Amino acid sequence: MAISNDEVTAMARLARLAIDPDDIPGYAEQLSGILAFVARMDEVDTQSVEPLAHPLDLSARLRPDQVTESDQRDLFQSIAPEVERGLYLVPKVIE
Amino acid sequence: MQWETVIGLEIHAQLATRSKIFSGASTAYGAEPNTQACAVDLGLPGVLPVVNEQAIAMAVRFGLAIDARITPRSVFARKNYFYPDLPKGYQISQYEAPIVAQGRITIDVDGAQKTINITRAHLEEDAGKSLHEDFHGASGIDLNRAGTPLLEIVSEPEMRSAAEAAAYMREIHRLVRYLGICDGNMQEGSFRCDANVSVRPLGQQAFGTRAEIKNLNSFRFIERAIEFEVVRQIELIENGGKVVQETRLYDPDKDETRPLRSKEDAHDYRYFPDPDLLPVAVSADYIESIRATLPELPRAKLTRFVNEFELSQEDATLLANDLETANYFEQAIASRPGQAKQTANWLSGELFAALNRDNLAIAASPIKPTQLGQLVERIVDGTLSGKLAKQVFATMWSSGRDADDIIAAEGLRQVSDTHLIEVAVRDILAQNPEQVEQLRAGKDKVLGFLVGQVMKKTGGKANPALVNQLIKAALAN
Repeated sequence: MAISNDEVTAMARLARLAIDPDDIPGYAEQLSGILAFVARMDEVDTQSVEPLAHPLDLSARLRPDQVTESDQRDLFQSIAPEVERGLYLVPKVIE
Repeated sequence: MQWETVIGLEIHAQLATRSKIFSGASTAYGAEPNTQACAVDLGLPGVLPVVNEQAIAMAVRFGLAIDARITPRSVFARKNYFYPDLPKGYQISQYEAPIVAQGRITIDVDGAQKTINITRAHLEEDAGKSLHEDFHGASGIDLNRAGTPLLEIVSEPEMRSAAEAAAYMREIHRLVRYLGICDGNMQEGSFRCDANVSVRPLGQQAFGTRAEIKNLNSFRFIERAIEFEVVRQIELIENGGKVVQETRLYDPDKDETRPLRSKEDAHDYRYFPDPDLLPVAVSADYIESIRATLPELPRAKLTRFVNEFELSQEDATLLANDLETANYFEQAIASRPGQAKQTANWLSGELFAALNRDNLAIAASPIKPTQLGQLVERIVDGTLSGKLAKQVFATMWSSGRDADDIIAAEGLRQVSDTHLIEVAVRDILAQNPEQVEQLRAGKDKVLGFLVGQVMKKTGGKANPALVNQLIKAALAN
């Protein structure tokens, strides 16, 4: 399975990555190479193997439903570019 | 051409946990912006999500109530997209292994029952809120809601009308409140709905292209939005156009739907299992322990009310509609099962009216269930006439005192003493010879006047049925 130049452009847009158009063919080739490497797995019969959702074969430990956090808004907002009336400000988004 | 409507619903129910699904921040509604958004909710570097056990318990509770399969090992996945109210750049959700799968629920539409299959119900985190007004060209972001647990309940596309969709939404709403897993407050966004709507020629198997309508936060809006959308799609096709798959927003002020995101921006969420979270294991023993705590479900309760207390379908529906009302009713008649019908009437009449007037929930009623039961008992046993009972009710409402206490203290006991009433009847008949003649001549209307006079003379305390009877007896002599 090969990755096309258009797919590289689409993935970059979804990930909000700015890439140099000249580099696109190179990325396409490298990504195709990764898929080709993984495709070797197709030769192995995995019919009876349960897919792993996580490399550690363990189950999640759960936490009790208790409020343990206190208000640290001022601390968190001290690193925000812009705040007003307790809100984080971002460039206008409207749907 | 005849068209068939096809509807599937996605309901988002905020789970009534104290803390968030992956952090220990509070989920309380209405706090100052960003005072309940902790480092985990903000997606700051180095934090790790830890699953709230109550969110799992509530999802399992729901799954059991809709007779679904509970997934023994469910998996959290990342749903990737960029939006300012989603700080991490992905929402933690469930994709391939949702915690609840293949359930069903029965709805009532126009007196007929229909079962709607529920494809899945999965856990996920809510996003924050964007405020678009008043920030000189910027948007304000409040992340208090970010990380609030949601159960997304996805139905099969099995509804065929706006009325069925609304009935389904009501049924799920009633169920989550019965189960105590969601407060169901639609104004505060605790219970929200998206509808996938398409049309196809009647008899055709293949589905038409669907539009997804967002922002349906009331039972009324869902019906109106779907009705509008169905007409729009049919007109579009009949005029040679094509429905495009898109997200549309319902605007209640204009009563229309309009496109929200263009097809070009169709999302590719690139789901993958979240490496920060291990699968959640749910054992058979755990499932049974949750099953043991399930309350009687709304439909079973309704049927029991009809059978056990001989209530009408309407009365039973009204009482079983929410658990608080049902519990109030059952406590009121606990030691007085014979007066179920009268108690139901007083509950849905006087009590509901008073609660509405003072804007109180039934749990906050100044008249407790057993007190209402006693009041009704005094009507049934003839101590109080309907009119006196209303007077006693008003005093109970304002003072919280028992009916018997008020009756004794204020001498409101209905007079059923035949001798006392006979004296009053004799006096009234003697004072109104003209009316007596008219009554003897067959003018029955005059009877009401004479009963009224006797009631007045006895300060409203005479038993009106007895007065009636005694006047007739006196004239017969």
